Amino acid sequence: MTNAPETGRTSRVRIRLVIMQVLLLSFLCTLGGRLWYLQVRNGAEYYHEAKSNHVQQVVQPAVRGSILDARGVPLADNETRLVVSASRTALMKMKDKGKGVLTRLAGVLDMTPQDVMNKVRVCDSQTPKPCWNGSPYQPIPVTTEATTQQALQIRERPEEYPGITAEPTAVRRYPAPGGANTGQVLGYLSPVTDDEIQKAKNTNSPLLRSDQVGRFGLERTYDRTLRGKSGVTRYEVDNLGRVMGQAKNDPTVAGAHLVTSIDARVQGVAEYELNAAMVEARKQIDRNTGVPYKADAGAVVVLESKTGRVVAMASMPTYDPNVWVGGISGKDYAKLTAKEANVPLMNRAIQGQAAPGSIFKVIPTAAAVNAGYDFDGDYPCPSSYAIGGQVFKNFESQGHGNITLGRALEVSCDTVFYALGHQQWIKDGGLHPKKPPAEIFYKTAHQFGLGAETHVDLPGEEKGRVPDRAWKQKFWQANKDMWCKSGKKGGTYVELLSYENCLEGNLMRAGDAINYSIGQGDTLVTPIQMATIYAAISNGGTMWNPTIGKAVISADGKHVEPIPPQSHGKLPMTEATRVKINAALEGVATRGTAAWRFGGWPQKQIPMHAKTGTAEVYGKQTTSWFATYTEDFTIVMTISQGGTGSGASGPAVRNIYNAIYGLSMSGKQDTEKAFLLKPEAKLPTIGPDGTIDAPDIKPYVPPSPEDLAPPALAGPPAPPAARQD
Amino acid sequence: MQTANKFSVSRYAPERGTMAKLTSRDSVLRRLDWPILLSALALSFIGALLVWSATRNRTQLNQGDPYYFLIRHALNTGIGLVLMIGTVWLGHRTLRGAVPILYGLSLVLILAVLTPLGATINGAHAWIVIGGGFSLQPSEFVKITIILVMAMLLATRVDAGDLVHPDHRTVVKALCLAAAPMGIVMLMPDLGSVMVMVVIVLGVLLASGASNRWVVGLMGSGAAGAVLIWQLGVLDEYQINRFAAFANPELDPAGVGYNTNQARIAIGSGGLTGSGLFKGSQTTGQFVPEQQTDFVFTVAGEELGFLGAGLILVLLGIILWRACMIARETTELYGTIVCAGIIAWFAFQAFENIGMTLGIMPVAGLPLPFVSYGGSSMFAVWVAVGLLQSIRVQRPMSA
Repeated sequence: MTNAPETGRTSRVRIRLVIMQVLLLSFLCTLGGRLWYLQVRNGAEYYHEAKSNHVQQVVQPAVRGSILDARGVPLADNETRLVVSASRTALMKMKDKGKGVLTRLAGVLDMTPQDVMNKVRVCDSQTPKPCWNGSPYQPIPVTTEATTQQALQIRERPEEYPGITAEPTAVRRYPAPGGANTGQVLGYLSPVTDDEIQKAKNTNSPLLRSDQVGRFGLERTYDRTLRGKSGVTRYEVDNLGRVMGQAKNDPTVAGAHLVTSIDARVQGVAEYELNAAMVEARKQIDRNTGVPYKADAGAVVVLESKTGRVVAMASMPTYDPNVWVGGISGKDYAKLTAKEANVPLMNRAIQGQAAPGSIFKVIPTAAAVNAGYDFDGDYPCPSSYAIGGQVFKNFESQGHGNITLGRALEVSCDTVFYALGHQQWIKDGGLHPKKPPAEIFYKTAHQFGLGAETHVDLPGEEKGRVPDRAWKQKFWQANKDMWCKSGKKGGTYVELLSYENCLEGNLMRAGDAINYSIGQGDTLVTPIQMATIYAAISNGGTMWNPTIGKAVISADGKHVEPIPPQSHGKLPMTEATRVKINAALEGVATRGTAAWRFGGWPQKQIPMHAKTGTAEVYGKQTTSWFATYTEDFTIVMTISQGGTGSGASGPAVRNIYNAIYGLSMSGKQDTEKAFLLKPEAKLPTIGPDGTIDAPDIKPYVPPSPEDLAPPALAGPPAPPAARQD
Repeated sequence: MQTANKFSVSRYAPERGTMAKLTSRDSVLRRLDWPILLSALALSFIGALLVWSATRNRTQLNQGDPYYFLIRHALNTGIGLVLMIGTVWLGHRTLRGAVPILYGLSLVLILAVLTPLGATINGAHAWIVIGGGFSLQPSEFVKITIILVMAMLLATRVDAGDLVHPDHRTVVKALCLAAAPMGIVMLMPDLGSVMVMVVIVLGVLLASGASNRWVVGLMGSGAAGAVLIWQLGVLDEYQINRFAAFANPELDPAGVGYNTNQARIAIGSGGLTGSGLFKGSQTTGQFVPEQQTDFVFTVAGEELGFLGAGLILVLLGIILWRACMIARETTELYGTIVCAGIIAWFAFQAFENIGMTLGIMPVAGLPLPFVSYGGSSMFAVWVAVGLLQSIRVQRPMSA
């Protein structure tokens, strides 16, 4: 059959062929074994690795809820803007670290290349602002105000702008309805930091890299509520990140809206009037220093007397909260933090601390009654009060003879309170108390909520200070080394003061007690504390925690969760005392130190109560304080280095009341014009589609000079005597 | 097959009709090794599916046509089948006379690669671009000619009955003839192919019955050379790292290490039954580079699982096992040597290719026979199948 020779098969070849076959078999077994090891034995592990390999998360940020005023007018909402962002990771991969791209981008956006580069650099301890303090892996917004033209230029030529995106994005907006900027109350947002992500990781509201978080004001207090929950779409992607399909999704939950008790109209008036009062004060010459008042800062708080809800809260100097949107620019940040700017970010209504001056006197009045003094007793009001060679003068050195405590409030007689304070000091044991002193005047101040937070729903509230013996001791411990070093016997005033402080700064001296009795010396309060106290006097004695948030309403309007006001105690006085103080404060407005500011006020329909205060601050001009209330509203205003209480703040407070009640200077009420005859009780309605039913707001038109002229019926301006604060 | 006068199984057989020839007891069809043919066809078919799955999303490769590689793979298989039939038709003995011509031709071809006609693909200057999207990798054909030229030299005097085993002079001559094309391939540099050729030479020497000294000496000098290269620092550290990255991907995390790691994830994630064809996330996500060629086994691992990947091993095993049987059955040394060369070639290439995807062999650019996409490789392996079939067809029938 074949001619093939039969010589090819030797035993050597045969054995070698068998060896080859065995080798082959072992190779195949090796492969099979390894395959089994990878796929069957460790398959699950690789399965998970493959999963994490190809799933990419894309975050759709939840629309942040709006902050609304009591009638639904948005104080903070969102608008769609064209945001141009740069991906740092993409830029860093380029040879020139993205310099070329950013320079071209700057050209399109009409910015300088340096500005653009500053925006995309990542913040660290050495980098000055502006810089990006969010995650470097997230697109960094270069501008939130690109025009359609600019966005098109970028999007049409992606090859020229690698790593740059231009997309419509919901951006926070602070529309300042009717001029109600509300800056410090609203606060601002900034990108989340890595630290915060780590901290929030295992909570029930974890943060995503793209999140913005509230940094101040309501945006911070109600951050979780407003933020909602970002949606996460998990895409299956290929090795280049191209999307192949969708995996599991977490839906976006839009942030809820925060309805506040703020009335944008009243807020607008308050801001305008505060500023106007400060501008006016700067035109007045301070008789003590001989130069115009500086009026460098001020605050005003409008509360609902019966609930402690905040109707308006303004702080000067102020700023436009919109500067924070999309990352603050270097210029804006420098402006905000410049020394001349005088910390506009600070909300002085809750963070500004100053000696209260005479508006403090309701506290020693109550304290005196609690210490056993008769409210209606006879108390001498001489022009001055002298102890041990030190003379404490009455304001403008006026005397009033023997008067009741009520009258002492009306005319703001300092010497009555000097004597009460001094007597208590002696009773407590003077410089060296033998047994623990009762310190009734100080204890009462604590009971009034001073030296503690009012628990207003804003972050960063200051506590103020009640300068009692315990505080003096603590303060001396902290400062004595410094005092003892700089103090000199017989030196300058400051050196002498330090010398005395060094020796006995831990002791409560008679002068301290006397200064304290009229809210001077080391006493510090915030405007919100005083507003809380005066509202409590008005409402029967309940000290409400001032609240701005009134209700949280879900984005679709279905879920309404009211925020009920809470109280932090009752005023430390009997109802009888409160009625008497209330009457005295009405006297202040009708015949006392504030009467000249309330000429023509319809006292019968809307009983006005007031207390003026002019606090002296060493080395500075006097602080103007004005505390007032009606049945429904309480207004406290203060102007630093602004002059007297009624003088500097009086007209502004009167104008705010006029606007609230729709009153003219002559006392004629136009209910159509009135903002709030009563505090707003209803909540705004939000439709299922998210539409908010809100009225339009017109900017505040201040009264014309003719309107401001004192009405004929009010009589001539009050004599200087009545301006005693 | 119609030209019956040329298609002679045996020159001494009386002339018969075509049908009779194909159906009679000693017909070509009956004498064909069907397990090898069917296994090779099955592997090519599985390969077509895997190549399709790996490339249907690779738009930058397939020019927007998801079937681009599928069609070409099928076409390559078809051409390969024709080449196999041609080989069987000519017969390995006829080819034996043409070996010097084939050898010269392949030398010319690989030399052409070194001229401006050559092209570099994936770092190896091993290609001749023909045009129209086709290119040739001559080193694939060189594998065959090395086998044939060595078999011819080593077997001639043994088959003639002059010698029991090839003598030293013949072995030296054969080695020199093999070394010439290998040296050129080394210059390309296509080290993977050189490795295969070294193993082929080893297999050929083994089967030829050459003295043990040659076999041991060749293996010893290979090992000594490797140690020498290592010790003399001829290779840069990155080259060593690339080589060693199969065991420790961290040595070259962006390059070979990435490939190895992704390949291992792909195969491991397949589990017992795989994710199903077209459903592998590693494959559709294109995480494994060169997945239609060198890393095609990862598609099988991920989408067909242990069962599918195991089937490929079994099919390869059948081909190799049957080839061993043919080598043992044939009576002439020439056929035995050719079979052994092909076995060494297929076995090493399969072991290296699959081994590297499993992370037990260093990464080298070698295709998986029948399964990987690639014309030259496909043609060469089918010609090799043709040689195996021819050897079997022309073996002496047991009486």
